[in-house]
Amino acid sequence: MPPETLSLAGSAGTPPLARPAAPRRASWRGSRHLTGWLLAAPLALVLALFLVAPIAMIAVVSFWTATEFSIVPAFSLENYQFLLGSGVTWRVLLNTVKYAAITWAITLTLGFTVAYFLAFHVRSQAWQTALFLLCTIPFWTSNIIRMISWIPFLGREGIANSALLSWGVIDQPLDWLLFSDFSVILAFVHLYTLFMVVPIFNTMMRIDRRLLEAASDAGASGLQTLRHVVLPLTRPGIMIGTIFVLTLVMGDFITVRFMSGSQSANVGRLIQNDIGLLQYPSASATSVLLLIVTLMVIGVLLRLVDIRKEL
Amino acid sequence: MDPRPRSFYVLATVFGLFLLFLYGPTITIAILSFQGPEGGLTFPMRGASLHWFRDLFEQQAVGDIWGSFGRSLVLGLLVMATTVVVSVMGGLAFRKRFRGSGLLFQLVIASLVIPSILVSLGVGLIFTQAGLPIHWATSGFGAQLTWTLPFGLLIMFAVFNRFDPAYEEAARDGGATPWQTVRHVVLPIIAPSLLGVGLFGFTLSYDEFARTLLTSGSRNTLPLEIYGMTTNVTTPVIFALGTLTTVFSLLVIGAFLLTLRIAARRRARAGSDAGRAV
Repeated sequence: MPPETLSLAGSAGTPPLARPAAPRRASWRGSRHLTGWLLAAPLALVLALFLVAPIAMIAVVSFWTATEFSIVPAFSLENYQFLLGSGVTWRVLLNTVKYAAITWAITLTLGFTVAYFLAFHVRSQAWQTALFLLCTIPFWTSNIIRMISWIPFLGREGIANSALLSWGVIDQPLDWLLFSDFSVILAFVHLYTLFMVVPIFNTMMRIDRRLLEAASDAGASGLQTLRHVVLPLTRPGIMIGTIFVLTLVMGDFITVRFMSGSQSANVGRLIQNDIGLLQYPSASATSVLLLIVTLMVIGVLLRLVDIRKEL
Repeated sequence: MDPRPRSFYVLATVFGLFLLFLYGPTITIAILSFQGPEGGLTFPMRGASLHWFRDLFEQQAVGDIWGSFGRSLVLGLLVMATTVVVSVMGGLAFRKRFRGSGLLFQLVIASLVIPSILVSLGVGLIFTQAGLPIHWATSGFGAQLTWTLPFGLLIMFAVFNRFDPAYEEAARDGGATPWQTVRHVVLPIIAPSLLGVGLFGFTLSYDEFARTLLTSGSRNTLPLEIYGMTTNVTTPVIFALGTLTTVFSLLVIGAFLLTLRIAARRRARAGSDAGRAV
């Protein structure tokens, strides 16, 4: 990707992030850090109490032991030995990654297509806003209800099966529509595609339209423009969407439980199972594993995008 | 205007199907919630009735859903108010680099990407080990903030990235104190975005499941109650409940959009004499 293109789009489409600091009076300079700290204090406090401390607590408890009814402070590697020594863990981890990868591929393709249509094919701004809103409204409604609402569609006697039967496509109801990997992925795509649409649409709207004209004037076909101009410039949005989708799918337990009818497992389900059995130390060890895997994935992705610049 | 290329029609079809995919299931359960008393969880409709909505008002059929609705509502409002205030303060803080701002920003991102169940488990563990009672308004409230605050803050970043500092400089030159500048210049300008932050705060809290699962104590919020119902209720009453709570969410979104419109119109009127000589 030619760097000039990128910087041109950046300067034309986005307000500069780092403005040259306005000349400040001397008295302001001394209080700068203090003001910042005071304003950020509530945020820092909440995150310290309800994010950092809980994660630290999980890390500590993952070395504890458990009896049937209570958990006992200790320093034991038992939980990790059991976790890492068990074939189940690796199978489940693989399953988690599989769900994440398939969901990512589908939501990216679908989300990109939808965003592309909204950004480049809808011409009136009123329509653009209205259609974009239509895409985002489900985000503000309940995920659980949206999962439940697949039952009448996918069940043995659901709409999909009766339609296929009446069209003569099948002569036995399909069993794998509901409570299967298929329905789990379908629900993930249903729930999370808008996490792709929004950031991708956002970056597409900032692409300088003159670049597209230039590409077309220089003789590029629509597909070539898409491949060599739009796609590279949309990369930050794709990265942000990817971060959302991957973390949501990897940390999920409820969708897998509900949509697979408890027949499939991912790491979140392992944790939830242990919690149900009051085996908090073992749940904590699994949590630490999940955290490490998630942070590794995100760490790689964050190297490829500067989130603050893209807002 | 140029004629539409063929790709437009292909993409428009994809988009239409996407909307159908997005809304179809919800519309289906909305229809099925009017199922007759003999009807089941799928089509065909056996008559049409309000039977299942009436069932929602009977304790033995559905449990304590109204109590849980009340808790979700109060919690949503608490989370909303806190999210707005803390996000604005945080947004203002991040406009200038201060010592530790980089670390704090990374924590905000971490808060967004760390799986919800970990927050839920960790907060639950801390409260139990410290001997504090687990309650939706304390542990549940805090756990939900770790999800709503990053969204609120990212919106504030987006807002301040587009904010023209000339307004503040003008206020300062006019002799306003920093507080007056924020109160009378910055806040009115960013007010519509604050509505957005509020919407995020409320709806994300109202629908949150994972972070409340282990932090709400003995009394359920509405999503937990609904989840409990999925395991033991096999009648369309669950669709009726789903329809009602979705309608409620839509009303909240509608109220938000309406307020935004009214505010924009009032602003357009009030601002019409801007730039004219006195």
